[in-house]
Amino acid sequence: MTEGPATATDPVVDGETTKRRGWGWLLLVPGMLWLAAFFLFPTVQLFFTSLYDPSGSYEEGYALTWHFANYVDAVRDTWNLFARSFLYAGIATVICLALGYPLAYAIAFKAGRWKNVMLVLVIAPFFTSFLLRTLSWRTILSDEGPVTDVLQTIALLPEDGRLLATPVAVIAGLVYNFLPFMTLPLYASLDKVDHRLIEAAGDLYASPFSGFRRVTFPLSLPGVVSGTLLTFIPASGDYINAELLGTPKQYMIGNRIQSAFLTEHNYPLAASLSLILMAIVVVMVVFYVRRAGTEELL
Amino acid sequence: MTATAHPDLEAGGTRTPPQAPRRSPVRWLADHLVLIVGILVLVYTFVPIGYIFALSFNEPTTRSATGAFEGFTWDNWTSICEPDGLCESLRLSVAVSLTATVLATLLGTLMAFALVRHSFRGRKSSNLVIFLPMATPEVVMGSSLLAMFVSLGFDGVLGFLTLVIAHVMFCLSFVVVTVKARLAGMDTRLEQAAMDLYANEWQTFRLVTLPLAMPGILAAAMLAFSLSFDDFIVSNFTAGQSLTFPLYVYGSKLKDFPPQLFVVGTLMFLVSFVFVIVGEVWRRRRLAALR
Repeated sequence: MTEGPATATDPVVDGETTKRRGWGWLLLVPGMLWLAAFFLFPTVQLFFTSLYDPSGSYEEGYALTWHFANYVDAVRDTWNLFARSFLYAGIATVICLALGYPLAYAIAFKAGRWKNVMLVLVIAPFFTSFLLRTLSWRTILSDEGPVTDVLQTIALLPEDGRLLATPVAVIAGLVYNFLPFMTLPLYASLDKVDHRLIEAAGDLYASPFSGFRRVTFPLSLPGVVSGTLLTFIPASGDYINAELLGTPKQYMIGNRIQSAFLTEHNYPLAASLSLILMAIVVVMVVFYVRRAGTEELL
Repeated sequence: MTATAHPDLEAGGTRTPPQAPRRSPVRWLADHLVLIVGILVLVYTFVPIGYIFALSFNEPTTRSATGAFEGFTWDNWTSICEPDGLCESLRLSVAVSLTATVLATLLGTLMAFALVRHSFRGRKSSNLVIFLPMATPEVVMGSSLLAMFVSLGFDGVLGFLTLVIAHVMFCLSFVVVTVKARLAGMDTRLEQAAMDLYANEWQTFRLVTLPLAMPGILAAAMLAFSLSFDDFIVSNFTAGQSLTFPLYVYGSKLKDFPPQLFVVGTLMFLVSFVFVIVGEVWRRRRLAALR
């Protein structure tokens, strides 16, 4: 995504012959203008906000004093929230991949003419409000709820153990709410896999497993990468699951940013926390995408 | 759906190579295991829907209905619009999401074509700009947008317009990525073949490129609609005094929770379901007509 040495395997180079020069870039203009006006410009404004003198206030206004110490203060007070957010989001992403891959695979290869129906069934539950669904998980996972009962009966959970208000509930909520972000890109990728390649692997005496490992899975890698990103990124900034299914002990960085913005009106702190979160996510993503060798995706 | 769907699923699968000669029992089990696991995952995603469905018939004895099932009643279904502002919030949500979906899908698909099919200076930085909104927590986008609207003097008109602006903004990148994923792996030889057979550029686009890209575009539109319809965080900042449905639910969480909310939750699900069935019937009719 940033300028780097092109290698022989770089898909940009491979595809060069099919790309046309000329006026095609004009297609990009309307969307780019939208992003420039309503994303880039406000974000730059946010950067200046993060450097305001923290002694100002919401009511009286702030002075721009290039107060970089805001960042130091923000990290000192909240590093544990950052760590917790990335841990929860990471675990939730792995579980989403474990659930989403079989689902996407089944739709792409096994659903036949029910493919479209199954595909919409993936999203159908998510047309119902996110808040309503999370609130019903609160009922399902509650101390009197069926899941807690069953786990206590089979002694996976102590008699006085609980699920709600624990990290388990928050991570379960994240998994549930971000699952379609994993499933849809995986499906898009798997659906494009040429069946003849898998047959060829079988013809060449690959076992079904090694055929999957060496043909199907590598071909679905762009889907895996975009699926994990689309799950991990919103999960690490989420605060609704922690608010509805957890307690302040499970709060994530999103909760802190939200309260700094909306409750405390501490704009410099909120802005610097936001930009730190954004920066960490971007760095992690670039590193991950490089490792996976799918730069063309971004 | 498992019981009735199963034979058809197998029948549909015969396009791919299940009759290959070296199919071992292990392979057979593995094949069906994936389908079973997939269906189980789908069932899991429907668990809260079941709860919402059941609670839509709940007759709560207290004012707040988030808790357990207390008694059966049809009343909630006949009095959907009774809670103050509920139906207005739904109307606003539908209007915002439809507008935002159309705009985002259109702009995003154009962008995806530009990025995948054309080479120009600044492609990589364009990709970065498109990627950044996805790496930005919603709370950041929402608050920075609100700050900008206020500083531009939009305070008075916060509502439909500002919601659409914000929703298109955060849906756009998802549309671009989804359509791009489809375009990036598309076999361009099919288009070359069409050109070799004397199709002009427009015919090639309309008869080859667009149908091949369509699953990606539709998936992107569905994603955009569900993102927009369900959005709480960004809307919370940009809605001003108006309430979308998620904002209405969140507001109710803090005070009385009318059971009609569960009716709306159920209806949302049922409506999308009807859309699917109608779409599928239409698709099959069209296929039959082509034969």
